[in-house]
Amino acid sequence: MKAFTNEQGAVLPLDRANVDTDQIIPKQYLKSLRRTGFGANLFDAWRFLDEGDIGVTPNERQLNHEFVLNEPRYQGARFLLARDNFGCGSSREHAVWALQEFGFCCVIAPSFADIFLSNCFKNGLLPIVLKTETIDELFLLAQEEQALELSVDLPAQTLCLTGGRTFEFAIDANRKRTLVEGLDDIGMTLAHAAAIEAFETGHRRAMPWLFDKGRALEEK
Amino acid sequence: MTGKTLYDKVWDAHVVGEREDGQTILYIDQHLLHEVTSPQAFAGLEQAGRKPWRIDANLATPDHNVPTQGRELGIAGIADEVAREQVIALDSNCRRYGITQFDILDPRQGIVHVVGPEQGATLPGMTIVCGDSHTSTHGAFAALAQGIGTSDVEHVLTTQTLVQTKAANFSVQVEGRLQPGVGAKDLVLAMIGMIGTAGATGHTIEYRGETIGELSMEGRMTLCNMAIEGGARAGMVAVDDKTLEYVAGRPFAPSGEQWQMAETYWRGLVCDPGAEFDQSVSLAADALVPQVTWGTSPEMVTGIDGAVPNPASTADPLAAEAIAYALEYMGLRPDQPMTEIQLDRVFIGSCTNSRIEDLRSAAAIVKGRKIAKSLKQALVVPGSGLVKAQAEREGLAEIFLAAGFEWRAAGCSMCLAMNPDRLLPGEHCASTSNRNFEGRQGYGGRTHLVSPAMAAAAAVNGHFVDVRELL
Ligand code: SF4
Repeated sequence: MKAFTNEQGAVLPLDRANVDTDQIIPKQYLKSLRRTGFGANLFDAWRFLDEGDIGVTPNERQLNHEFVLNEPRYQGARFLLARDNFGCGSSREHAVWALQEFGFCCVIAPSFADIFLSNCFKNGLLPIVLKTETIDELFLLAQEEQALELSVDLPAQTLCLTGGRTFEFAIDANRKRTLVEGLDDIGMTLAHAAAIEAFETGHRRAMPWLFDKGRALEEK
Repeated sequence: MTGKTLYDKVWDAHVVGEREDGQTILYIDQHLLHEVTSPQAFAGLEQAGRKPWRIDANLATPDHNVPTQGRELGIAGIADEVAREQVIALDSNCRRYGITQFDILDPRQGIVHVVGPEQGATLPGMTIVCGDSHTSTHGAFAALAQGIGTSDVEHVLTTQTLVQTKAANFSVQVEGRLQPGVGAKDLVLAMIGMIGTAGATGHTIEYRGETIGELSMEGRMTLCNMAIEGGARAGMVAVDDKTLEYVAGRPFAPSGEQWQMAETYWRGLVCDPGAEFDQSVSLAADALVPQVTWGTSPEMVTGIDGAVPNPASTADPLAAEAIAYALEYMGLRPDQPMTEIQLDRVFIGSCTNSRIEDLRSAAAIVKGRKIAKSLKQALVVPGSGLVKAQAEREGLAEIFLAAGFEWRAAGCSMCLAMNPDRLLPGEHCASTSNRNFEGRQGYGGRTHLVSPAMAAAAAVNGHFVDVRELL
């Protein structure tokens, strides 16, 4: 995974609570065998006025000019400002891939859904949790004529408004380290292969039925 | 020391150790796979030059993409080329690594969360994961079952473990007797309405109390299935006689001496008397009426005797805005009685409600009746090939067909409309699935979540009615 330290860019305010992963990336795009190619269909049903499908390019579609993602001032935004329970619903990691591919490096919200949060950390998309009052304030700033610019310093755990205030944010120290150092998640666990094997041996002894089930199937 | 919750017990029995980043390495007993969230994981494994850790801990079946008609054609019957490629990819990945798969032509194929318990691949006390958020279903067996993303699918394939931080404990206590016509689906919808879709975020729910003990295993699966809709990654129910009866004799379940050994252990999978929960709510079953969702989130729910809310009489401006937005999408008017919502389609299926008991309860309502002429379609999609066969043996298929329902082959179908079964823009559907998100059942579609009995009653009337009037 690519290391995450400092990033900066404009903020796109998505003023809606409980944004689910079905909205972030609709199901018709999940038929892919790859981890890429989802950015063009991020928030598809909100971004376009017509139904899309795999293989239909955005310029064949009708843009919804009212949707915030299509507003000229937010083009190229790197921070997604969201409301409570962002990323709820389906476990599809495609939601994170789509957000990243579209250009977002960070989602800021008062709260996130569990599986989405864990998928963010696996891919190096930084989820920042801030108090609702702070989020409210940021929404007001981000909705002004001039797009709001932010920079994030993950090692220092700060978010700075360009030419303005600085907000500190909390993040689990271990998850932070994984991001900052861009650690390979599976590699880190495999470093404990001996411990896993030892556990497995004991587990098999204590609960042999968990290991003999394949054979049971053949017999029947 | 105070006692342990059920979650504490299953968690503790699977802790391998701690990683240097402070997260717990949790051993995984059972990994379920389907075609949509696994291809990138297999590709990642291969790219890294790694191998699956323990083949026999994996079980796969295609479900999300498969068509529910023309099944005898197998893969060739999948008209959508990209969907077909995913099913082929699952086939070849399973063959390549020797993973047991119930493929598209196998009579045991079905929705992965129906297949696991049905095969006894889901056992009490197990840790179970699957690249699907409704993996929580398996918690009905006192298993710790969680949905994971594709990176974690690869992680579990490679290391047989999941790395995470322990969640908090959330108690949902239900006492009293459910009225006839009211069931587990109504209970869980009411719970979500009460705690909200983020109410149990960061927690594992344990469903407890007299009412839960009275529920069948199917009912408990419905409850646990929708724990994720309340924000909890997992929901669990303690082991009792019903659990053991359900598991006994299933293909992957232990037998003989191993059963004795397992039973002794499983009997202990209950919450200790002194155990403490971080959060708790309680519900009274007696007063519960059948539930129907009116909005675009499962928490937007009310009783069949209720009405669509009115944003104008909602105090909180943010909530009022959310209601107004949902009503616009749903094409409903404020204060509209739930019984006045006209329907275009009815869908009985999904991992929430496609088991034999669900089909029986719907068939009992449908029997001797016809679906309303105003309906464009009423679908029954059994959860697995085996459920389908059993329903046919019991004469349920005939009842549905005689009433005007379509009787289909097993799969996720219109629950998420990745296959050809879907709503058209603006259509209202009474659905026994679990998510009423915008477009979930088809672009522009409007989903109302209900129990199988309520869906059957709605099919007969063309609009929602209180199923208790039809009993
Ligand atoms: S039936 Fe619906 S919710 Fe269940 S696994 Fe399939 S798509 Fe997901």
